[in-house]
Amino acid sequence: MRERFLTGYNDFVLPFVCGMLFVLIYCLVGMIRIIMQLPAQDRKRFFISLVTPKTMAKNIKDIFLKCLIHVDLWKRNKLLGYMHSSIAFGWFMLILVGHIEVLLYTSNLGAKALYYPIFFRYFVAETESTMKGSLIFFLMDFFLLIVLSGIALAMIKRIRSRIFGMRRTTNPSFLDLVGLYSLWAIFPLRLLAESFTADISGGSFLTKSLNYVFTEFLSNHANMLPAWWAYSCALGVFFFVLPFSRYMHIPTEILLIPLRNAGIRIVNARKGLAKAQVYSCPGCGLCIDACPMGVLKGNIKDTTVYLNRQIRRNNEARIEEISDKCLLCGKCTAVCPVGVEGDRLRIAQRSVRKYNFGPDYSNIDSLKEAENCNKFVINSNNIVSSSDNEKVLYFAGCMTALTPVIREKTVSILEKAGIEYEFMDKDGGLCCGRPMLMAGRLEQAAQLVEKNTEIIMNSGADTLLLSCPICYRIFRENYSLPGIEVIHHTEYFERLVFSGRIRVSKGNTKYVFHDPCELGRGCGVYEQPRNVISAAGELVEAARNRKESICCGGSLGSLTLGFDKRKAMTENALANLTAASPDRIVTACPLCMSTFGRYSDRPVEDIAQVLDRCSVPGRL
Amino acid sequence: MKENIVIIGGGIAGMEAASRLLDLGYKPIIIEKSGRLGGHVAEWNRLFPDMTPASDVVNALTARSSEANIFLNTEISFVNKLKDSYNIMLSNGISIITKIILVTTGFSLFDAAKKEEYGYGIYDQVITNKDLEHWFNTGDDARVSNCGMNAVGFVHCVGSRDEKARNSQCSKVCCITAVKQAIELKQKFPDAMVYCFYMDLRMFGKKYEDFYISAQRDYGVRFIRGRVSEVSENIDGRVIVKAEDTLSGKPVKVTLDLLVLMAGMVCNPDSTRVANMASLPVDSDGFLKSRDNIADIIDSPKDGVFYAGACTGPKTVPETLAEARAAALRIHLYIKGME
Amino acid sequence: MDFGFKLSPSSAVNLDNVNLEKFEELHRMEPDVYKCMACGSCSSTCPAGRFSGMSLRKVILALQRGKEKEATAMMRNCMLCGKCTMVCPRGINTRHLILSICRIYNGEEK
Repeated sequence: MRERFLTGYNDFVLPFVCGMLFVLIYCLVGMIRIIMQLPAQDRKRFFISLVTPKTMAKNIKDIFLKCLIHVDLWKRNKLLGYMHSSIAFGWFMLILVGHIEVLLYTSNLGAKALYYPIFFRYFVAETESTMKGSLIFFLMDFFLLIVLSGIALAMIKRIRSRIFGMRRTTNPSFLDLVGLYSLWAIFPLRLLAESFTADISGGSFLTKSLNYVFTEFLSNHANMLPAWWAYSCALGVFFFVLPFSRYMHIPTEILLIPLRNAGIRIVNARKGLAKAQVYSCPGCGLCIDACPMGVLKGNIKDTTVYLNRQIRRNNEARIEEISDKCLLCGKCTAVCPVGVEGDRLRIAQRSVRKYNFGPDYSNIDSLKEAENCNKFVINSNNIVSSSDNEKVLYFAGCMTALTPVIREKTVSILEKAGIEYEFMDKDGGLCCGRPMLMAGRLEQAAQLVEKNTEIIMNSGADTLLLSCPICYRIFRENYSLPGIEVIHHTEYFERLVFSGRIRVSKGNTKYVFHDPCELGRGCGVYEQPRNVISAAGELVEAARNRKESICCGGSLGSLTLGFDKRKAMTENALANLTAASPDRIVTACPLCMSTFGRYSDRPVEDIAQVLDRCSVPGRL
Repeated sequence: MKENIVIIGGGIAGMEAASRLLDLGYKPIIIEKSGRLGGHVAEWNRLFPDMTPASDVVNALTARSSEANIFLNTEISFVNKLKDSYNIMLSNGISIITKIILVTTGFSLFDAAKKEEYGYGIYDQVITNKDLEHWFNTGDDARVSNCGMNAVGFVHCVGSRDEKARNSQCSKVCCITAVKQAIELKQKFPDAMVYCFYMDLRMFGKKYEDFYISAQRDYGVRFIRGRVSEVSENIDGRVIVKAEDTLSGKPVKVTLDLLVLMAGMVCNPDSTRVANMASLPVDSDGFLKSRDNIADIIDSPKDGVFYAGACTGPKTVPETLAEARAAALRIHLYIKGME
Repeated sequence: MDFGFKLSPSSAVNLDNVNLEKFEELHRMEPDVYKCMACGSCSSTCPAGRFSGMSLRKVILALQRGKEKEATAMMRNCMLCGKCTMVCPRGINTRHLILSICRIYNGEEK
C-alpha cells in the first residue's frame, strides 16, 4: 500500500466535497427545524422513543429494511424491488466498504477523510495479491456491478414502466431530471475512473478487465484526470440538486421512520411530521396507479405525489385544489413505500382553510337527546338494569337512514339472536363528526364528538353497534367511551355466528365482498365480513381487494368532485369487483351500497341482508 | 304489396301501426317478446282523464290488428344490415329480410327498489303505481288489501327528474296518473286521507287541469309540495314519511297505511339492444334519437327504420297512437317512393 | 336591547335593492347552485333541521333574496353529514356549497 501523492489532494475532489458539505449542512438544519416544529409533547415523545431500546431496535430494522432493501417494493414487484435495493443497498455498501478500506490502510487522515473513501483508488495504490486486498477489491467491484445493474433497470423503467408493474409513472420536474441524470452518470463514471487507475492502484474483475480490454484508451494516463473530474462533478451536481429534487427523500426518510415509530401524528399542515412526509416522498408514482380518481386522465395530477410536490413549491392554489378533490380513500397511504399519509396530509391542508363562520352545536341539549335512547337506565340516578345480557345501543348513522334495508335487517338479526338492543338514532340523531373532520373542520368535529359521547355515556349501554364504517372510524380514533365496546356490525355478526347465537345455512350463491375504505384501510377489518359471508355462501375475491380495494367513488371525503364526475370511478370499481363473476356484490357500508346500486348490473347488498336471509335463531 | 314490414314491439303503438298498415293493404309482422299484446297499457286499469277502461283500448286494437303476422314470446337475436335491407333473426329461428323496420319498443318502468330510501321491497306498505293498477284490476295484492287505508301517500317523480337515478327527464304522465289513482282510491275509500307529495305538477294535457281541480275540490286529495326523502317503519307496521312542505317551509312527517311510488318512465333496455344491433343512435336522455325532434320525430337517422311511441321519450296514450298512425302513413309513402 | 316592543321592518323583498355580489361570487364557485329546483329533499333529510331549522333549500333562496342573516343563522347546526348531497335529485354538491357559503358570507354579527 502506498499513497500516490504526497499531498493526498487534487482539485477534482472539490465539486464532490462542496456538494457533500452542502447536503450535510442542509439536512442537519432541516432535521433540527422539523424536530423543533413538532409540538412540545410530540418532541418529548420522539426523544424518549429514540432511547427506548424497543423503538430503537425497530428504527434500525425499519431503516435497514425500508431505506436500503425496500422490502415493500419487493412485495409489489420483484424487478422494481431489485432495481431500488440494488441502487440503495449497493451504493450504501460501496460507501461502507470504502470507509473500511480507508480506515484499514491509512492513518492521520485529517481533512482527507472527506473524500478519501470516495476517491481512494486515485490517491492510494494497493496490491490485490494479499487476501485482504483482493477481497476488498472484489467487494468494491461487485457492489459497483450491482449498482450498475440497478441503473440499467432504472433506464429501462423510464421507457417501459409496465414490466415493473407500473402503468403510469410520475412526470419528473426539471430538477428531478437533473438529479436523475447525474445519478445515472455517477456509477458508469466511477467505473470509468477506476478503470483508468486499475493498472496503477489495482482493481478487480470489473475495473481490471476493463483496463485490459481497452488498454489503448484506458492506459493513456492523460485521459485519467478528466474521468475523475467527471465522476466528482456528477456527484457534486447530484448533491447540489438533491435538496430541491425528489432525491431529498433519501435523507428525510431516515428521519421519518423514527418519527413514525414514535407514534406521532400530523398536527400542523406544513410543519413537523407533515413536512417530513412531504420531503420523504420519492416521487415513485405508485400512488398514481392506486388512486381511484385516476380512471379519469384529468385527475392524475391530483394524486399524492403531486400534492407533495406542490406543497414543496408552496403553490397554494394547487394545494387547495388537490386536497379538496381527494376521496380520502387512503389507498395511496396503503401502497406508499415510505409511509406518506396522503389522506391525513390532505385533511391537514383542509384544516387551515379560513371560514368566516362555522357551525356551533352548543345549543344542542345532549341530555335531552339521551332520553330518547336510555331504555337500559331504570331510574333517575342512572342506575342501569343489571341483567347479564349485553346491552346494545345501535347507532345506524346518517347514511343508513337513506338505505333503511340495512337497519331493518340488522334489527331482524339482533332479534333472532335474542339481543337486548336500543336505537340511538331512530328518529334522526347527531352526525358522528367524521364528515366534518374530513372537511378539515376539526374544532366542529370535536364538538360533535363531545355531544355524542354525552348521549352514549348516558344511555346505560355497554356495546355500541355501528352500521356505517364512516362512523366506526371516528368512534375508534377520536372517541373515548370507557366501559363501552364499539363494534361494527360485520364484527358483531361474526361473533353472533361463531358463538352460535344464530345458525347460518350455507347456500350456493357466489358473493364478492367489497372492502369499504373506512372499514378496511381505515379500521383494519378484513376477515370478519369474509368469515360471515363464507358461512352463508361461496366467497370469491375481487381482482384487487383488502388493502388495495378500490373506492366506490361515493366517498364523502371529496369536497369538490361533483356527482357526474364520479360515475367513471364507480364503474371502474365495479369492474374490479365483478372480475370473478359473482352473483351478488356484498358490502358493509351504506354509502358504498347506494353508490354501487346505481350502476351495478347485479344486486348489491349489505352483509346484514345476506346474513338475515341465510340465518335462523341459534341456541340461546 | 309483398313488402315485408317488421314492427318490433306489440304494445299499443305496434298494434295501432299494424292495424293502419293492414287498412292500407300491407301485411305487417309484429314481434313481441312477451306472451300477449298490449304492453304496459294492458296492465293498467283505467286511463286518465276520462277513466276509460284500458281493456277497451287494448281489445279494440287487438281486434283491428289480428290479421297481422304476430310472433309472441319472440325476441330478436340479431339484425344484419344488408345492401339495402335488413336481415332480422328471431329467437324462434325464423329470419326475415325486410326493407322497413318500425321500432315500437316503448319504455320501461323505473325500478323503484333502486331508490333505496323509499324502502320498496323492504316495507310491506310501499307499492308502485303499477302494483296499484294491478290491484285495481285483480284485487289481488296483500299489501293493499290488508292495510287499514286510513291514510295513503303518493310520491311523485320516483326515478324521474332525478340525476341520482340516472334519469334526469320528466316522465310526463306520472303527475296526472297520481291524480287519477288518488281519485280512484278516494272513490273506493272515501274516508281515507290521500296525500300527493310532488315537486312540480305538470298538467299539460286536455282536461288534465280539470281532473286536478276535481281531485282537490271533489275528492279532497291533499297536495304537498315537497319531495319525500326518507321512509321508515313505525312500531305498528305503518310507514312514516318525511318531507319538507316547501310552501310553508316546515318539515312534515306523516304516518301512512300505504305509500304509492309513482315510478317514472325510462328507456326500455330492449330498445337500446335493438338500437345497438341496428346501429341506431341513442339520445342524451337514454331514449332513441330521432332524425329531428320536431319535424321528424318518427324518422330514425337510418333509411327504412321508423319509430313510434315511447321508445323516443315519455308519451301519453293518445300521443302514442297518433305517432303510430303517422308512422303507418310514413311507411306507406316510403314504400311508394321505393317503387 | 329590549324596548318592550319590536320594530318589524317590511318583510317584502325589494329585488331592486338586493345586493347579489356575494351570491354571484358563490355562483362562480358553485355553478350548480342555480340547478336547485326547491324540492325540499335536502331539508327533510337534514339531521340539523331538528335543532336550528336548517333548510338548505331556504338558505339558497334566502341568499338570492338578500336575506343573508336569515340564511347563515340557519346553517348554525349543519353537521356536513352529506345526506343532502345523497338525496339531491339534481346532483348538487351541497357539502361544498355549504363550505363555500361559509367562506363567502360573513355570518351573524356577534
